[in-house]
Amino acid sequence: MNINTTAATRTWPDIHPKEFLAIAAALWVALYWALAPVSEALVAALPVDRASHLGGALQFFLYDTPKVLLLLTGIVFVMGMVNSAFTPERTRVLLAGRTEGVANVMAASLGVVTPFCSCSAVPLFIGFVQAGVPLGVTFSFLIAAPMVNEVALTLLFGLFGWRIALLYLGLGLSVAIVAGWVIGRLKMEAYLEDWVRDMPRIVARAEALRLTLSDRVEAGFAAVREIVGKVWPYILAGIAIGAAIHGYVPEAFMASFMGKDKWWAVPLAVIVGVPMYTNAAGVIPIVQALLAKGAALGTVLAFMMSVIALSFPEMVILRKVLKVRLIATFVAVVAAGILLVGYVFNAVL
Amino acid sequence: MKNIKVLGTGCSNCKNTIKLLEAVAQEKGVEIHVEKVEDIQDIMRYGIMSTPGVVIEGQIVHAGGVPSRQKVEGWLQG
Repeated sequence: MNINTTAATRTWPDIHPKEFLAIAAALWVALYWALAPVSEALVAALPVDRASHLGGALQFFLYDTPKVLLLLTGIVFVMGMVNSAFTPERTRVLLAGRTEGVANVMAASLGVVTPFCSCSAVPLFIGFVQAGVPLGVTFSFLIAAPMVNEVALTLLFGLFGWRIALLYLGLGLSVAIVAGWVIGRLKMEAYLEDWVRDMPRIVARAEALRLTLSDRVEAGFAAVREIVGKVWPYILAGIAIGAAIHGYVPEAFMASFMGKDKWWAVPLAVIVGVPMYTNAAGVIPIVQALLAKGAALGTVLAFMMSVIALSFPEMVILRKVLKVRLIATFVAVVAAGILLVGYVFNAVL
Repeated sequence: MKNIKVLGTGCSNCKNTIKLLEAVAQEKGVEIHVEKVEDIQDIMRYGIMSTPGVVIEGQIVHAGGVPSRQKVEGWLQG
């Protein structure tokens, strides 16, 4: 590779990361503030009555779509920059050899910031156990990582407000911490598959990362390409559903069978969620539709957590490293935690 | 001829990694032999914690996520 070609592949943000970040941030804020007036002006320019159902639905769609996409792009970019410092290898070093309790809290919190693809669940699981991370702590990480992440939180914030996003963050972390702690107390190490138990122990090590600001900006771009590129159709679908039912489906439709007064709604939501396998973005359209039509918040959040945290395909993959009894315990403990979240929410709000 | 192994349990990122490897190899006219390693026990022998992983001539060069095109071009360089 000669110097000329290297220079040509380096982009402007790569060479001037600080300037790029400053300009991008300013542009982002300007766009965000312009959204409401621009979407109102657009709808006003269309030949529909703003006060009509269609006008309301259009305004909702034209405002919410760019708003959520803008939020998501910004947050995923920033989180991509932050996440580049938390590789699974470094997380393992932080957790190895710690005692349970505090380590469960750390594991669940690290689960939020460590980039992690669900297909890596098994290698990660083995890697943790091999390095002496306690089983319960490993589970805290594995439960929190897919369930509580920047995509879920951004979407909840953009569509339902910061209160619901914070509640989801707090409850998701609590379920992961407590469920992992309980699994640790049950001392189930014997129910790992034999070949996993027999694997040689290793000492967790991680290379020191020396990331420049340019590297981080690049990691931010990569995260946006990978995550936003994948989830935008779900978000569009979710907002379209939200807009479509904005006034067309009777307000109390869902309340009749997913309302607060139905004690069986929460367990049902958890059970229905298990065979469904999708990520946080995929479940948002359904959450949107349910909430808009009067389903109780606790029931809907329980459903969302169940879809993301408990799934058949994941259990099939985990079966390669865990014996059936440990998988059953994992499912039972997590399901119990989610149920509790659902009931508490419905009772308090 | 380069012997390349892609480690992964068959998720979309693994498939995209293989596609990218083949596309870059074709562009550069480099002959490669790609082998998929999908068995979890075999994958763990390489000591990686995130998939897909890429092994070239027995050396792990990458783990976790689809590698960037630049990185792949580097591997297939001469």
